Amino acid sequence: MLLEVNRLEISYGDVRAVHGADFAVAEGELVSIIGANGAGKTSILNGIMGLVPVRNGTVRFRGREITAMPAHRRAHEGIRLVPERARVFPRLSVYENLLTGAYGLRKKIPLEERLRWLYGLFPILEERRDQPAQTLSGGEQQQLAIARALISDPKLLLVDEVSMGLMPKLVDQVFDLLQSLNRDHGLTILLVEQNARASLEISHRAYVLETGSVVMEGPADDLLDDPKIQRAYLGLVEEEVERRQ
Amino acid sequence: MNAYVVTVATLVAIQSIVACGLNVVVGYAGQISLGHAAFFGIGAYASALLTTKAGLTFWTALPLVIAITGLVGLLLGIPSLRVRDDFLAITTIGINFIVEAVFLYVPFFGGALGIGGIPRVTFFHVKMKGLPYLYLCLAFLALVLLVCRWFTRSWAGLACFALREDETAAASMGISPVRFKLLAFVLGTAMAGLGGALYAHFMRFISAGDFSFPVSVMLLSMVVLGGMGTLWGPTLGAVILVSLPELFRPLLEIRFLIYTLLLLLMIRFQPGGLLGEASLVRRVFSRLMPGKEAPR
Repeated sequence: MLLEVNRLEISYGDVRAVHGADFAVAEGELVSIIGANGAGKTSILNGIMGLVPVRNGTVRFRGREITAMPAHRRAHEGIRLVPERARVFPRLSVYENLLTGAYGLRKKIPLEERLRWLYGLFPILEERRDQPAQTLSGGEQQQLAIARALISDPKLLLVDEVSMGLMPKLVDQVFDLLQSLNRDHGLTILLVEQNARASLEISHRAYVLETGSVVMEGPADDLLDDPKIQRAYLGLVEEEVERRQ
Repeated sequence: MNAYVVTVATLVAIQSIVACGLNVVVGYAGQISLGHAAFFGIGAYASALLTTKAGLTFWTALPLVIAITGLVGLLLGIPSLRVRDDFLAITTIGINFIVEAVFLYVPFFGGALGIGGIPRVTFFHVKMKGLPYLYLCLAFLALVLLVCRWFTRSWAGLACFALREDETAAASMGISPVRFKLLAFVLGTAMAGLGGALYAHFMRFISAGDFSFPVSVMLLSMVVLGGMGTLWGPTLGAVILVSLPELFRPLLEIRFLIYTLLLLLMIRFQPGGLLGEASLVRRVFSRLMPGKEAPR
């Protein structure tokens, strides 16, 4: 397994955000974690990236325990995060934002080639190359955040609520892109989403998170067909659920 | 140039060097510091002691002075790893008071009498004073500006900018917050040390009060006024804030009132500083010379 998370517990003061979550991601997989607001999805990704302290449990990456490793070292190990709401560096130019993603890797990756590839994926970023990132629209910032993570050629891409605040057409585009990165480029992706349908449709497997624990897991197609999931996360009404059985 | 103008200009050049150092910490790495005068003082005292007590010349003492100030900057930069924003501001104020108290109460540092008899800088057996000393300070300022320019275009500079913008996002890009905050502190305080050395050998008498908290406020005002994170901003700020009180000297007591008013107006209408993004200066410049980039 590329990533193994055992009995993960994360708390903020007395509030337990995640308690005892178990999950794993194999190389080449696209796995999603779905759940409602406040289920602990973002906390799990932040725990894997090392941005919040883990109270209990272990995180293993490529067989090595990284539970206590600081975030920047995890980034060097090949884990990259596309944070919720993009979090691009507002006053840095688009180009500088992309370069930060390649920090410390200039000898390990062909920078020019990576940039050309990314500009091919996201032509708007080349067009806005010298503009401060804060002048970009929400969708463009989201693309920049993905590109900034991809420039390092990560081994595991964590994607946090990428659909949030995007217009529906862009959501489809972004999900298509993630699927093609996974299928055509072999990128391993762990996706955290409120938009359960869109993420299940492109995933191999999925975990359902409720109040900080994994309550269900399985192949994404099975979850899409599960009546409980259809009712709780896919917004289908009773007749539709029955019709589909 | 008469002696008075040369004196003011020399002080402007020295303060510019120190303000450039503060700009590395505050403007580039985003770590607020209200204690920069402490490092200005450490540089001045180090150079004064090394030349009066240890018998070194200005030139042999200078590398040591810069190293000492940078090292103390490294140690005192450690709080910035634990506290942020207002708390960091308060911590750095504390550092300023402690350093000033050490200078004032430890006999080794001359106590309340300060240190006098600091020798002039000699350059090829010529004692530098007046205009030549101004040129020396300007040469060092040019060097500091070159270092700043190089830094802002380096990977380390980019890492600092990223930290300033969003520490969490920077860390998840593989940028170590610890390393680059401390790097900014070392670089910024080393520049303050250089400025301190030039100040000591210019005044030839220093005392703890020269490096008190109001001096830190003045230095931060220079950076904010000129434009945080810009290249020329701190120098412009130093020119204005050192020469304005001189120009307003005939107005006696109310000159600080005018000065305060100017600062308040700046904060209200030009929060990015004179050379900051979308500032008045930049807009006027782009109107007068379309297609050319204004200095930053």
